[in-house]
Amino acid sequence: MAMHEVKSPIPGTFYRKPSPDQPAYFQVGDTVTKGDTIGLVEVMKTFHEVKADADGTIGDFPVGDGEPVMAGQTIAELS
Amino acid sequence: MTVNVISAGIATTIQDLGRPGYYHLGIPMGGAMDRLALKTANLLVGNDEGAAGLESVFVGPELEFTQDATVAVCGAELPPKVDGEPRDTWTAFTVKAGQVLSFDFLKSGARIYIAISGGITTPMYLGSRSTYAIGALGGVNGRPVQPGDSLPLGTSSKMVKDGLSVPKALRRGPSNPAELRVLPGLYWHRLTEQAQSNFFEDTWKVANEADRMGYRFQGGRKLEFVERKQPFSAGADPSNITDACYPYGSIQVPSGSEPIVLHRDAVSGGGYFMLGTVISADMDLIGQLQPNMSVRFVKVNMETALAARKEQAAIMDEIREVLS
Repeated sequence: MAMHEVKSPIPGTFYRKPSPDQPAYFQVGDTVTKGDTIGLVEVMKTFHEVKADADGTIGDFPVGDGEPVMAGQTIAELS
Repeated sequence: MTVNVISAGIATTIQDLGRPGYYHLGIPMGGAMDRLALKTANLLVGNDEGAAGLESVFVGPELEFTQDATVAVCGAELPPKVDGEPRDTWTAFTVKAGQVLSFDFLKSGARIYIAISGGITTPMYLGSRSTYAIGALGGVNGRPVQPGDSLPLGTSSKMVKDGLSVPKALRRGPSNPAELRVLPGLYWHRLTEQAQSNFFEDTWKVANEADRMGYRFQGGRKLEFVERKQPFSAGADPSNITDACYPYGSIQVPSGSEPIVLHRDAVSGGGYFMLGTVISADMDLIGQLQPNMSVRFVKVNMETALAARKEQAAIMDEIREVLS
């Protein structure tokens, strides 16, 4: 099955959790539906949700929680 | 005639060339962070250089047009689309009544300037339509644009050629790593010699706190200060001074750790020492820096700074020539 890459539209810091004391939105192996929030990117003191733009199963998160992300970088791989 | 905002992108504000003259009262000049990009976009659509357009950061808005108009997008490489069909940046194109202007993912740079023939004609405040959100001045009721806003447009008098474009050599953007030229300032002597050379040797990274008020940088070595007894009314931290005026482009370094370059919506004064000032010719470049990008500061003298200002003006003259 073809792989689909979910990309961050903006640069900033990537978070996989809605807040520090809550569990991650998704884990590797979870299935997501188009429109699901996969993570947050913090920039200019605000948080922007990154949503899945396709259905699939998460194969990998190439960017770790709390790591910098550039615009257009893949934050999740779906299969 | 109006343009309807369907979605607002990020921090999309109405900007012109700002309201100089009130900084002594605490009201900053404001206006486009990348002035060359806004002026160029306006020229491409037949507007005066100082007409009001939209500034968006990283993500563009979706705009529905109610009448035919010429549009140009300059600055960052954030590809525009008309009803989903790609268009070029730095190039004039037509958007017909009922069509929607939207944007693809950001490729490079940080801020786009959208000029629309006729210009945006929201009310002027202190001589400018620029949005100063912190002071609730200008723009749409003093705030960034929101979905549901209808932005009024002026009437366009000048006919323009569809497809008119700015040659690539005249599209100025930051290099990688970006280089920002700095003129050391009044408080330069507060740093140790080691700190003075470290500041220019180190590669810094743009932090997430990077907006119209200022850009924060991190990753360089902490700056050490020359010891002294703090003067009257200055705070206890060695980076504190007796309150002073903050120039646009001035670089303050609270506690010596993370330099902050003040930009168009700067605060006008405060109690942090400033090691120097980014020269005026390089201020536009800051507006195109993304968080996490690498930056080097380059020490220059006044002569070089003035020569750079002339060069920058010459680029603008060339653009005027090409687009006239």
